[in-house]
Amino acid sequence: MTLALETIGLTKSFAALRASDAVSLQIEERESHALIGPNGAGKTTLIGQLTGEIIPDSGRVHLFGTDVTQWSVPRRALHGLGRSFQITQLCMSFTALDNVALAIQATQGHSFRFLADASKDKKLNDPARDVLARVGLADRATIEAQYLSHGERRQLELACALALGPRILVLDEPMAGMGPQESARMIEILQALRGEITILLVEHDMDAVFALADRISVLVNGTLIATDRPAAIRANEQVRAAYLGTEAH
Amino acid sequence: MQLLIEQLLNGLQLSLTLFLLAAGLTLVFGIMGVINLAHGSLYMLGAYAGASVAAKLGNPWMALPSALLASALVGIVMEYLIVRPLYARDHLAQVLATFGLILFFNGFIAWAVGRPPIMMDTPAALSGFIEILPGLPYPTYRLAVMGAGVCVALGLWYIIARTRLGMLIRAGSDKRDMVEALGVNIAVLFTLVFGLGALLAGLAGVMVAPIRSVQVGMGEQVLITTFVVIVVGGIGSIRGAFIGSLLIGMCDTLGRAYAPILLKLWLSGSIADGFGAALASIMIYLVMAIVLIVKPRGLFPVGG
Amino acid sequence: MGLNRSTLLAFLLIAALIAVPFAAPYIGGNYIITQATRVVIFGIVALSLDLLIGRSNLVSFGHAAYFGLGGYVVAIASFHLANDIPLLGWAGSNEALVVWPLAMLVSGLAALVVGALCLRTSGVYFIMITLAFAQMIYFIFVALKFYGGDDGLSMRSRNLFAGERITNATTFYWICLGALALCLLVQWRLIVSRFGRVLSGGAANERRMAAMGYSIYAYRLVAFVIAGMMAGLAGALYANLNRFASPDMMSWLLSGEFMVMVIMGGVASLFGPIIGAAVFLLVETSLSGATEHWQIFFGPFVLLIALYAPRGVWGLVRGGGK
Repeated sequence: MTLALETIGLTKSFAALRASDAVSLQIEERESHALIGPNGAGKTTLIGQLTGEIIPDSGRVHLFGTDVTQWSVPRRALHGLGRSFQITQLCMSFTALDNVALAIQATQGHSFRFLADASKDKKLNDPARDVLARVGLADRATIEAQYLSHGERRQLELACALALGPRILVLDEPMAGMGPQESARMIEILQALRGEITILLVEHDMDAVFALADRISVLVNGTLIATDRPAAIRANEQVRAAYLGTEAH
Repeated sequence: MQLLIEQLLNGLQLSLTLFLLAAGLTLVFGIMGVINLAHGSLYMLGAYAGASVAAKLGNPWMALPSALLASALVGIVMEYLIVRPLYARDHLAQVLATFGLILFFNGFIAWAVGRPPIMMDTPAALSGFIEILPGLPYPTYRLAVMGAGVCVALGLWYIIARTRLGMLIRAGSDKRDMVEALGVNIAVLFTLVFGLGALLAGLAGVMVAPIRSVQVGMGEQVLITTFVVIVVGGIGSIRGAFIGSLLIGMCDTLGRAYAPILLKLWLSGSIADGFGAALASIMIYLVMAIVLIVKPRGLFPVGG
Repeated sequence: MGLNRSTLLAFLLIAALIAVPFAAPYIGGNYIITQATRVVIFGIVALSLDLLIGRSNLVSFGHAAYFGLGGYVVAIASFHLANDIPLLGWAGSNEALVVWPLAMLVSGLAALVVGALCLRTSGVYFIMITLAFAQMIYFIFVALKFYGGDDGLSMRSRNLFAGERITNATTFYWICLGALALCLLVQWRLIVSRFGRVLSGGAANERRMAAMGYSIYAYRLVAFVIAGMMAGLAGALYANLNRFASPDMMSWLLSGEFMVMVIMGGVASLFGPIIGAAVFLLVETSLSGATEHWQIFFGPFVLLIALYAPRGVWGLVRGGGK
C-alpha cells in the first residue's frame, strides 16, 4: 500500500527553538489520522511544512509517493492536498457559493478566461452546490462569508477544501472556537468522509479525536513521541505524562 | 585618481544624507507600520527653516538649531494629528493621506517663501578648502557634513543597540503587548520615534542646503531615492538602511561621473553623452532591480 | 435601494458624458469640450488603475509611467514621420489605428517587465518599487535629449484616424468617449470572468487562494499588463489632445493624482473611477483658477478623503455596508 503522506526526518528551527525535530510521520491512504500535542509542541509548524507554507531546514515530504519538499503551496494543492486553517481563511466578501466555486474553478485548469460571466457558469455552480450540500450549507449559498456564523465558516472552509477533490485533507483544529452543538455537527460531517479520503486532523478536542481517528500521533517539543491506535495511545504512559495527564488535572 | 577620490567622497556624503532620511523612514515603517510619503517634506522644511532663519539673522550657524526644531516640531504635530489615525488603516489610506500632506507642504512653502530656489550661505569657518591629499583640495563644508553624518549614524547605532529606547524600538510593532506590559506608553513611544525621524530628515535637509539649492519639490526626489535605499536594504532594518545608503549613494555618484566616460570607450562622443546621462540617472534603479531578483525582501530582511 | 441609487448615478454619468457635445455651444464651447475630453481620458487611466488597486489589492504608485509611455509612442512616431528620420528603418506614422495599438503594446511591454519584478514583492515594498521604476522611466525620457528631454516633444498635428484628419474638438471627444466605452466594457467583462474572480479572490485572501491551488502571481501580472495597456491608450489620446508629450506625463505627482481619482470616485466600482476623474479635475480647475496656491487647500482635501471617505463618492452614494 502506498502512503498518502510521509515525512522523513523533517527538521525546522526558529532561532534557538527546534519546532520540528526529525519528525518522521507516515499516514496510510484512506486513514483517518489525528495529530495531538500540547500548545507549543510544533503542530502548526509541522502542518506548514506539509502544506508548503514553511520550507524545512532538512528532511523530506512525500505526498502519494512523490517528493514534494520543494513544491509551492498551490502545486501541492493541485496534487491532491486540501486543507483548512487554524484561523479561518475565506474570501469574506464572496458568497458561500462563490468561495466554493473558486475552488471548483481551480480544478478545471487555468483560469485565464476573460469574458464569460463566471457567476452564471453552471460548470462551476452545480458542483459547488453539491459540495455545499455535503457540509450542510446548502441553504446558505447566497450569504457572504462575512455574515456566516463561526461554525458555518468552518464548514465552508471544509467545503473549499473538499471542492478540490482532494486525496488528503489536512485540517488544522477544525473544531477550534466551536460550541458543543457545532462541534458535534462537524464531527458528523467528518465521520461521513472517513474512509473515503485520507484525513490528517490536528485537534485539541479529545472527544473529536477519539471519535474520528484510526491512529493518533503525539507531538511534544517538536518530536513525535508515539503513533498508535487510540486505545494504545490512551494507555501510553509517556503520552499520559507528557500530555493527557496534564489535561486530566 | 584624484577624480576618483573626490567622487568617492562625494558619494560618501550623499550616502550619509540618504542614511539620515532612510533611518527615520525605515524606523517609522518598521515600528508603526506606516508608510510616510511626507518624510521628504520634513527634509524640505528643515532646509527652508535653516536657510530662512540664517538669512534673517545673518548667522548661518543658527540654521542648524532652527531646522532641527522646526522639523521635529512639525513631525510631532503631524504624528499627533494625522499619522495616529492612520496606524490602523491600510497602506492605501496612508499613501493617500501623506500624499495630501506633500501637496499641502509644497503649496505652503510656495506661498510663504515663493517658488524661486533660495540659497544658503556656508558658515565662514567652513567655507574654505582642505587639502586632503597633496594637490587635492576638498570643500571643508562637505567634510564637516560627512563628519556630522558619521557621528549621527554612530549615535543612532548607540541608541538602538544600547539604550532602553532602542530596546523598545527593536521590540517593534508586532510585540506591542510586550512593550505595553513593560509599562511603556506606546503612544508616547510612537510620537518620540516619529519626532526622531523628522529631526533626522530636517538635519539632512539643512546640511545639504548650502550645497544644493533649496526649492519646492526638493523633498520628493530624495524621498524616492530613499525608498530605493530601504527597499534594497530591507524595510525596517537600520543596518539595511545603512548598507543600502552606501550602495545607492556610491552607485549614483560614481555612475554619474563615470558612465559617460566608460561609454565613450565603445560609442562616439555625443551618443555616449546622451546614453551616459540616461544610464547614470537610472543606475540606482537597476541596482534595485538586481537586488529584488536575488533577494525580494532586501539585503537584510526583517521578520518572517 | 442602494443598487438603485448607484444605477441612477451611473446613468447620470453616461448621460452627462453624451450630452457634453450638445450642451457645449451654450456653456463654454471648445473649452468645455476640452475639459470633458480630459475627464474621459483620465477616466480611462483611473479605471485601469482600479483594476489594480480596487480589484487586485495592488497599490501601484507608478501608473503615470505607462500613461506617459503611450503618449511618447504617439509623439515619437509622429516626430520621425514629420522630420523624415527613419527609426530603425521605420518611417514613423501618424495613423491612429497604427500608433495607438503600438502605444498600448509598448506600455504593456513595460508593464510586463516592471510588473514581473514588482509582483515578487507585496504590500509596502510593492508601493515603493512601482514608484521607483516609474521614476526610472521618467528619468530615461528626461535624459533623451533627442526627443526633447525635459522640454517634451510636440506633435505637428493630431493623428489621422483611419486616414481622416481629426480637426474638430467634438470629433476627438467622441473618439475618446468611444475608447472609454470600450475600456469599460472590457473591464466589466474582465471582473465578472473566471480571471477576474481569481484576481478578487487573491485580493480577498491570498492564503486561501494558494491553498486552493492558485499561483496568483501570473494572474496579477496579466492584470498589471492589461492596466498598463489601458493607461498607454489613454496616454496616446492625451498626447493627441495636447499635441505634446513630456516627462511630466510620467511624473510621480501624476501617479499620485491618478490614485486620488480612484479613491475619490470609489475603489472596486466600474463608474467610480470615472466619477473620481471628473470630480478631481473639477476641484483642481476651480481651485487653481481661484488661487495660485491651490495646493494648500487641495492637499488637506485629499487628506480628509483618505481619513474619512475611503470609499469615495461611489461609496457615499451606495451607502450602507462595506
